[in-house]
Amino acid sequence: MSLWEYANPQKFMRTSQMVLPVLTVLTVLCLTAGLLWGFFLTPEAVNFGSTVKIIYIHVPAALMAINAWLMMLVTSLIWLVRRHHVSALAARAAAPVGLTMTLIALITGAIWGQPMWGTYWAWDPRLTSFLILFLFYLGYIALWEAIENPDAAADLTSVLCLVGSVFALLSRYAVNFWNQGLHQGASLSLDKEENVADVFYLPLLVCIAGFVLLFITLVLLRTRTEVRARRVRALITRERMA
Amino acid sequence: MIALLKRDLSLSIRAGGGFGLGLAFFLIVTILVPFGVGPQSDTLRLIAPGILWVGALLACLLSLDRIFALDYEDGSLDLLATAPIPLEAVVAMKALAHWVTTGLPLTLAAPVLAVLLNLQGAGFGWLVLSLLLGTPALSMIGAFGAALTVGLKRGGLLLSLLVLPLYVPTLIFGAESVRRGAQGMATTTPLLLLAGLTLASVALLPFAAAAAIRVNLR
Amino acid sequence: MELVVNNLSCARGGVPVLERVGFRLTAGQALMLRGPNGIGKTTLLRTLAGLQPALEGQISSPPESIAYAAHADGLKATLSVAENLLFWARIFDTNDITPALEGFDLVDLAGRQAQNLSAGQKRRLGLARLLVTGRPIWMLDEPTVSLDTASVALFGRAVAAHLKTGGAAVIATHIDLGFSAQSLDLTPFRAAPQKLNDFDEAFL
Repeated sequence: MSLWEYANPQKFMRTSQMVLPVLTVLTVLCLTAGLLWGFFLTPEAVNFGSTVKIIYIHVPAALMAINAWLMMLVTSLIWLVRRHHVSALAARAAAPVGLTMTLIALITGAIWGQPMWGTYWAWDPRLTSFLILFLFYLGYIALWEAIENPDAAADLTSVLCLVGSVFALLSRYAVNFWNQGLHQGASLSLDKEENVADVFYLPLLVCIAGFVLLFITLVLLRTRTEVRARRVRALITRERMA
Repeated sequence: MIALLKRDLSLSIRAGGGFGLGLAFFLIVTILVPFGVGPQSDTLRLIAPGILWVGALLACLLSLDRIFALDYEDGSLDLLATAPIPLEAVVAMKALAHWVTTGLPLTLAAPVLAVLLNLQGAGFGWLVLSLLLGTPALSMIGAFGAALTVGLKRGGLLLSLLVLPLYVPTLIFGAESVRRGAQGMATTTPLLLLAGLTLASVALLPFAAAAAIRVNLR
Repeated sequence: MELVVNNLSCARGGVPVLERVGFRLTAGQALMLRGPNGIGKTTLLRTLAGLQPALEGQISSPPESIAYAAHADGLKATLSVAENLLFWARIFDTNDITPALEGFDLVDLAGRQAQNLSAGQKRRLGLARLLVTGRPIWMLDEPTVSLDTASVALFGRAVAAHLKTGGAAVIATHIDLGFSAQSLDLTPFRAAPQKLNDFDEAFL
C-alpha cells in the first residue's frame, strides 16, 4: 500500500468522502473551542487590553497562508515529477484558500496594528512580505484561470510556483534588508520561548490546530470539486466527439 | 544564436518594431512625477532613486509581451523549437535582445532624466551602475513571464501580474544602492546582491522559460 | 536514413484524435497524408516534428533530420526575402541561400520586404526555407495553400528533386503534386470516440 494510490482520482474520491465528515466535525470543535477559550477565557494583556485577542485569528491565518504555499510547492513538484493529476488539482484547490488566509492575516493585522502601532499599515518587512505573497497567489490563480488546456495549465502553474517560491524567499530577504520592522521576533516558536505566557499560548495552539484542520478540510472539499469539474469536462468532450 | 540576436535587433529597429517605446515611457514617467509631487527640489532629490528605478522597471514591463508573442503568432517559434539551437538558448538570446533594445537605452538615458529630478551628484554613477547590473535581470524575469503567457490571446495584463512580484527583489536592491550611493553610504552590499540576482536569473530562468514555451507549443 | 512510425497515438487539446498510426519511409520516398478536415493531419505532423509528445508509440528517425513547415510561414514582414532566408540558413548552420532562391523562383524578389509579397510569394518563401535547413525529412502541412498552378508545379519539382538527392517528405495535402508517392489515408486511424486520455477516463 503506497501513498501514490491516492493519486488515482477514484481512490481519492472514495477516501476523501469517508474522511471529510470526520474532519469537518473536528475542525468545528477545534476552532470553536480554541476561539472561545482565546476570546473569553484569557485575561486581558497588561498593556494592550482586549485587542491582543485578535492574535487567535491573525497568527493561525498567517501560518496557514505560508503553509498553503508550501503545500502548493510540494504538490506542484509531485505533478511535474510523477504527473499525478490529483496532485495538480490539489495545488489549484489550495490557492484560493491560501489567498483568503493571506487576506485574513493582512486585514486582522491592520485592525490589530491600529491600536498597537497607531497605524493600519506600515511597510514593515512582514506586512510587505505578506502583500507580496498575496500578489503571488493572485498571479498563480489568474494563470490557472487563463489557460484552457488543463494539463498545460497544471504544467505552467507548477513552473510558476517553483520559480515564484524562489523569488518569494528572495523578496523576504530583500524586504528585510530594505526595512527593519516593527514586528516582534518569533514570539510563538514551538519550543515556547517565554515571550508569550502559557495562558495565551495554549489556546493559541488549539486555534492553530483548528486552522490546520480547516485548511485540510477546505482543500479536500475544493479538490473534490475540481475533480468533479474535470469529470464534467471529460463527459462533455466525450459527448461532443460521439 | 548570433543570427537570432541580430534578427531580433534589426526587427525592433525597423518600422513597427517598438524600439524606443520603453524609452519614451520612461521619459514620460519621470517628467510627470514632479507635476504630481510638486516642484520642491528637496523632495524630488529624496525620491529620485526610487522614481528612476520604478520608471525603468515599468518601461521594461511595457515591451515584455513582444518577446515571444510576435514569433508565436507568425509561426517562427514553432520553427525555432524544431531548429538545432536549444530552446534555452533561444530564450536567453531573446532576453538579451530585449535588454539591448530596452534596458541598455534606459540605463543610458537615466542620468539625463536624473538631472530633472535633482538627483545628488554622488548618485549618478551608482544609478548607471545599478541599472546596468539590474536591468538584465528585469529582461530575463520578463522573458520567463512572457514564456508562461505566450499562448494566451490577451496575456498582457496577466503578464504584468505575474512579473511584478518577481521584480520586487531587483527593484529593492537596485533603488537601495542608488539611494545609499546618493547619500554617500557604502553601496557594496546591495550592488553585489543585485549582481547575484542578475547572474542567477540569467543562469536558471532560461530553463524554466524554455520548459514553459514547450508546454505552450504542444 | 529512415523514418519509422509505430503504433503512434496523438492528442489535440488533451483529446486523442489518432491512434495506432504506423508507416515507414526511406530515402527517396514521399508520403501523402489524406483524410477529411479535422482528422488530425496537423496534429500528426506536429507530433512527428517533436513539437508535442505522443500519447503512445514510437517515432524513430536520425537525430536532427526533420524540417517542419506549418500553415504559418514564420516570415518577418520587415525583413527582405534574402534576409528571411539567410536567418534560417544561419540558424540551421548552412550558409548558401542561392539554391533555395533559385528553386522557388525568388531570385528577382530577393531584395523585397516580405510584407510586400503576395500570399503565394510568401508561401514560396516559406517553402524555400526547407531547402536552407539542409535536413533530409520534410514535414509539410498543406504546402500548396495559396499557390497558383505554376507555383504548385514548381513546388512539385522541388520536392521531387529533394527526393532524388536522398531526401524524404511527409505531406498533408489534398491535391496531386505530380510525382509518384505512397499515400496514407488517416480515416481508419481515427481514435475511438469514447476513448479519452487516462486521466479523464479515471473519472468516468
